[in-house]
Amino acid sequence: MARIALKDHFRETRLFTNRTIVAVVFILLVTLAIVTRMAYLQIINHKHYTALSQNNRVSIVPVAPTRGLIFDRNGVILAQNLPTYSLDVVQERVKDMEQTLAELGKIIDISARDIERFNKQLAQKRRFQPVPLRFRLNDEEVARLAVNRHRFPGIEIQARLTRDYPQANLTVHAVGYVGRINEKELATITAADNSANYAATTHIGKRGIEKAYESLLHGTVGHQKVETNVLGRTIRVLERVAPAPGKDLIITLDVELQRVAKEALGDNLGVVVAIDPNNGDVLALASKGDYDPNLFVNGIDHKTYQALQTSLEKPFINRALQGQYPPGSTVKPFIGLAGLEHNDIRHNQKIFCRGWYSLGEDSHRYRDWKKQGHGLTDLKKAVAESCDVYFYKLAQKMGIDRIHDFLSPFGFGQRTGIDIAGEATGILPSTQWKRTTRGEPWYLGETLISGIGQGYTLATPLQLAVATATLANRGRTLQPHLLKTVLHPGEQNEPFTPDRPSITIEKHEPRNWKRTIDAMLNVVYGTHGTARGINHQQSYKIAGKTGTAQVFGIAQDAEYIKEDVAKHLRDHALFIAFAPADDPQIAISVVVENGGSGGSVAAPIAGTVIDYYLTGKRP
Amino acid sequence: MNQRAYGRWTDRQKHGLFFTRGLHMDWPLLGGLLILAALGLAVLYSAGGQNIDMIYRQLVRLGIAFGVMMVIAQIAPHHMERWAPWLFGAGLLMLLGVLIFGHVGKGAQRWLDLGLFRFQPSELMKLAVPLMIAWYLSENPLPPSRQAIAITAIVITLPVVLIILQPDLGTSLLIAASGVFALLLAGISWRLVGGMALLGGAITPLGWMFGMHDYQRQRVLTFLNPESDPLGAGYHIIQSKIAIGSGGLYGKGWLNGTQSQLEFLPERHTDFIFAVLAEEFGFFGILLLLAVYLLIIGRGLYIALRAQDTFARLLAGSLTLTFFVYVIVNIGMVSGMLPVVGVPLPLVSYGGTSIVTLMAGFGILMSIHTHRKLLTG
Repeated sequence: MARIALKDHFRETRLFTNRTIVAVVFILLVTLAIVTRMAYLQIINHKHYTALSQNNRVSIVPVAPTRGLIFDRNGVILAQNLPTYSLDVVQERVKDMEQTLAELGKIIDISARDIERFNKQLAQKRRFQPVPLRFRLNDEEVARLAVNRHRFPGIEIQARLTRDYPQANLTVHAVGYVGRINEKELATITAADNSANYAATTHIGKRGIEKAYESLLHGTVGHQKVETNVLGRTIRVLERVAPAPGKDLIITLDVELQRVAKEALGDNLGVVVAIDPNNGDVLALASKGDYDPNLFVNGIDHKTYQALQTSLEKPFINRALQGQYPPGSTVKPFIGLAGLEHNDIRHNQKIFCRGWYSLGEDSHRYRDWKKQGHGLTDLKKAVAESCDVYFYKLAQKMGIDRIHDFLSPFGFGQRTGIDIAGEATGILPSTQWKRTTRGEPWYLGETLISGIGQGYTLATPLQLAVATATLANRGRTLQPHLLKTVLHPGEQNEPFTPDRPSITIEKHEPRNWKRTIDAMLNVVYGTHGTARGINHQQSYKIAGKTGTAQVFGIAQDAEYIKEDVAKHLRDHALFIAFAPADDPQIAISVVVENGGSGGSVAAPIAGTVIDYYLTGKRP
Repeated sequence: MNQRAYGRWTDRQKHGLFFTRGLHMDWPLLGGLLILAALGLAVLYSAGGQNIDMIYRQLVRLGIAFGVMMVIAQIAPHHMERWAPWLFGAGLLMLLGVLIFGHVGKGAQRWLDLGLFRFQPSELMKLAVPLMIAWYLSENPLPPSRQAIAITAIVITLPVVLIILQPDLGTSLLIAASGVFALLLAGISWRLVGGMALLGGAITPLGWMFGMHDYQRQRVLTFLNPESDPLGAGYHIIQSKIAIGSGGLYGKGWLNGTQSQLEFLPERHTDFIFAVLAEEFGFFGILLLLAVYLLIIGRGLYIALRAQDTFARLLAGSLTLTFFVYVIVNIGMVSGMLPVVGVPLPLVSYGGTSIVTLMAGFGILMSIHTHRKLLTG
């Protein structure tokens, strides 16, 4: 215990007190450091951290606008947004996913493809986000799911708006369709600095009106400011700016006229284009084959797509704009008018038709469709009976370049400027055209066959209808269009304005136009008119012209016998017309692919359509 | 006064039963601890997403901890002095046991499975080390001799190394601090302290290369530059600083902290609860919290100053200063001043055994203050 005796309690106490004072100073200094640090974070940098915490919690969720509706000229709905029901699954609320899917499969149909797509999305989404398992549930499936819902925690029946085309195949080539935005379209949207507006949009116009007027139909995106937690789950909505829905459009189509036209085509492939010559409204744009646009809205399956793609009917081709046909004899009124205006013929001047024409004694014989010939023929007869020899001679006299120059203002060989995409130009040949495109000189023989609309000449049915309307207008050109009116609720509606001014073809002698139209009336009302079959003593007069376009060249001495030629090599039947002749309300072109003769196949279709349009009488 | 007087009880202590003569209890210290616990529960209610079950569990834990504190407060310091070496020895053996048989959790071996419950020997060491050192140093005259310092250093190093090996950096740091504080309070020369600091500075790079686990190194690196890994290791600190900074002077209000309520702040009810308090109660809330801590620490140092013998003085001083280290290490790491070492905010963080150990320490302080020898008796 000697050690302990050495302890100096007083000294130890003083030492401890000193050290405690040092400790207190240390404590106070450290506390001051902490307070300083807090002041630095909470007072000096408060704004900075407040901004960071706002960024953490608030996110902006875009809200897609509702797409505008599309109506026909009479208010019939052509494109709408229907609520459809989908079955969504929220991963975090499902205990056993496999068993749930198996049990759901007993209640509604779930295909292997649905499950594959579902699993793919499941891996990409967060656990609390709904993942769609089945789209387009029908009412019965919705009811069955609703009854069984208590058995499946984590399943939701979700209503969403799906684009729907009630007229399906009937209007597809005019209205087009929407589909999911693909990468290329996304790049276009980004390039146009439009990404923000499409932030919530899943579908975009792919064809037709849906594509052409995408910017009007789409509308303006809205947004929600939402508070989210660290996982991105929405806790509550702080602010909402409603999207501005897209504009509703009225288009020029008369869906009933379109139906009449399509039904008149029957089982044939072909086109009927009808235009109001007064304003360029496209009244009917019926192209067959066709397809159901609704297939594309939520993605078409590969098998169906392949079947359509490889179909001989070529349903994806909009024949009215993209089909380029030899116009055949339908060019004759235009060339006749050219001859009159250029004083190459007089209307009552007659030529003799012996059934063929040749440039020299031993050279190639250019045949007339009527083997025995038409005999003495003036313009009126040549148009009414479609005498080829008359036009061989006239073409030879005019030369190809004058024909080209006269026909060009009617719109041949160039795009009509219709407001949907994909239009073909057709071909209106000239010596220069041949030199530049083929690098070859022009031959006189080619001029002769151009005179009857064969050879290089190609025209789309839309071009034919536009040229016919121009003829009906006595030379006033027009731009065909499908958009009629953009509806602005509560404001003045906005009518379509053509981007190309209407001009009137300069006339040498106005009576020449009347004579040409008279000749076209004779096609229907003349005793030998090629379309006399559609003369039903209507209260109005139809001016028309038949045409038959060769698909298949026949040998010099062979004879074209319809029954001997395979269907797909048969001639195309064409007919152009307008009515009433004295006050034109409708101009029409009809092409029936491999239909045979224009007079017997194409003209009755036009007659039916015109009759329905002018009198409301259904066939 | 001779050594025999040391063991003599006062009349009051000898004959009095605590239900008649009153509890051994230091009321100012208890008051401070209760205020702190209440403040902690309020913050925890918010940090835990208004989970009332969590509050109940924390209340049970606090109840047990306060109970332990009260029981220990009734034990006279001279008993503790007698047990000190035995507790230390047992603790050391158990730390070895943990390393050999321990349960692995979160990449660290800390638990000893005793069949009925799991026990964390490092928690025991938080008390055993200051007890042991206070006892050992008080056996000799102060300031301690070089030999005594060397032995003390060994007493500190042994458990600290064993705990680092578990590995539990936070706890080993606190235990080392408790030992070092006892030495400092015992009057170790400042020159020696300076020399040790230099030596420590020299050893640090070696420790970095050989003594640290990858995750610990990562913590230090992340601490130095949290933005380098904003989605990984730096996420805690970045979110925590955002929470504190966005709190401002007055805070966003109770239950209204967006960082904590929307779960951006990780470990918000345990190690990072301070950030919740800072976000919801602001700068003034922090000042209040610091004031309560300083009140408790001040009372602890007062008890140490008033203690009647060297053992009690050193023990009380060491426990109090270690408590302060708890507070600054936690606040320092949450506010980005120190690396994240996983030390809870005492009495506020939700959690396990540490709260019991902490309150047992306050029990010792109360015991020291209330078992006073009547010098004039």
